[in-house]
Amino acid sequence: MVHVSMTVNGRNVSAEIDPRTLLVQFLRDTLRLTGTHVGCDTSQCGACTVHVDGAAIKSCTTLAISCNGSTVTTIEGLAKAGKLHPMQQAFQDNHGLQCGFCTPGMIMASVDMVNRCGPDLDEATIRHELEGNICRCTGYHNIVRSVAQGAREMGAAATAQAAE
Amino acid sequence: MYAFEYHRPTTLAGALADLENADAKPLAGGQTLLPTMKQRLASPSALVELSGVPELSGIARDGDAVVIGAMTRHIDVAQSPVVAGAIPALAALAGGIGDPQVRNRGTLGGSLANNDPAADYPGAALALGATIVTDRRRIAAEDYFTGLFETALEPGELITKVSFPIPQKAAYVKFPSPASRYALVGVFVAKTADGVRVAVTGSGESGVFRVDSFETALSANFSPSALDGLSVPADGLNSDLHADADYRAHLIGVLAKRAVAAAG
Repeated sequence: MVHVSMTVNGRNVSAEIDPRTLLVQFLRDTLRLTGTHVGCDTSQCGACTVHVDGAAIKSCTTLAISCNGSTVTTIEGLAKAGKLHPMQQAFQDNHGLQCGFCTPGMIMASVDMVNRCGPDLDEATIRHELEGNICRCTGYHNIVRSVAQGAREMGAAATAQAAE
Repeated sequence: MYAFEYHRPTTLAGALADLENADAKPLAGGQTLLPTMKQRLASPSALVELSGVPELSGIARDGDAVVIGAMTRHIDVAQSPVVAGAIPALAALAGGIGDPQVRNRGTLGGSLANNDPAADYPGAALALGATIVTDRRRIAAEDYFTGLFETALEPGELITKVSFPIPQKAAYVKFPSPASRYALVGVFVAKTADGVRVAVTGSGESGVFRVDSFETALSANFSPSALDGLSVPADGLNSDLHADADYRAHLIGVLAKRAVAAAG
């Protein structure tokens, strides 16, 4: 067993774990943060996407102990004070889902996309940047619309914050 | 996956000491090693996490070369102004590996140590004439890639950095598998003062290889038309459910022309 300690959604957590514990197992089974999903378990589908130290990664292909000392954000950490994150709201507004299984990973990957590429995203960029996430229901059209809206609103929120 | 001991050294000397155990494996980005362990195709007795060793990461211009630390992530190579300025083809290659989440974890050293026959970096290393620097020696790319998933690395030997000579022109074009984003065929073309080098990844039964006939033609005339009438024999190329050897041979010619055109 090894001792792991990290900050998850702003909360300091620590535990004794088997070194082979994957980050997604630690999040779901130890911390009971079940919003992060296991889809393919082979790092293809992106349903397990979370942010580690600000970068989107696939938590089924990362050891929990590798994140010792890191700051982790999961889908549960996006909403603030009961208000959905703009990217979450955009997925709701545009119905960017059907069964919803891939949605947490889609949203975490999309927030990372805006952080890297900025809020002005054309459709080709969105489709290309989502190559690490697979949806088996929607055909992606509403997901792409959702990301475009979410990106614009993240940009507008950042501008408003800067003006204050 | 099977159980293992976990080590997280903070110095290169510490990492090498931990790797003296013959069954220990270094853990870089883990984007291949962890899936392999999950499938129980690998069962190291210990993992030596390298992310805590600062001297293994970083990108620097060193005279006529760009030197990149083994633990440098693909995303950092893709976004590096140093790489973009000196070898834009290498930055573009790194930006096309896997997907954004994989690029945020995967590393240069991990890719070269694994030597997947469909990986992108081996093409760049061979075409650019890179030098793979380890804890104990410097290995020319020609001598480094020895076969399918095989390299010249000895047990316990660790890549510390890779030196990429800056070419006059270069480009990498790949035909990615739509599912995995691995290269079905990838062609890296580099024009240097000593001539043109063409390396092909994704295709060879023994991994990455150079194409002498393309290099001779392009050294005389660096234009796509120089490759007219030339082809690569299908012998020795992979056939699998994604593409047979004849199709791969055809793609090598097409992508080589596109790479020359892209290099300008």
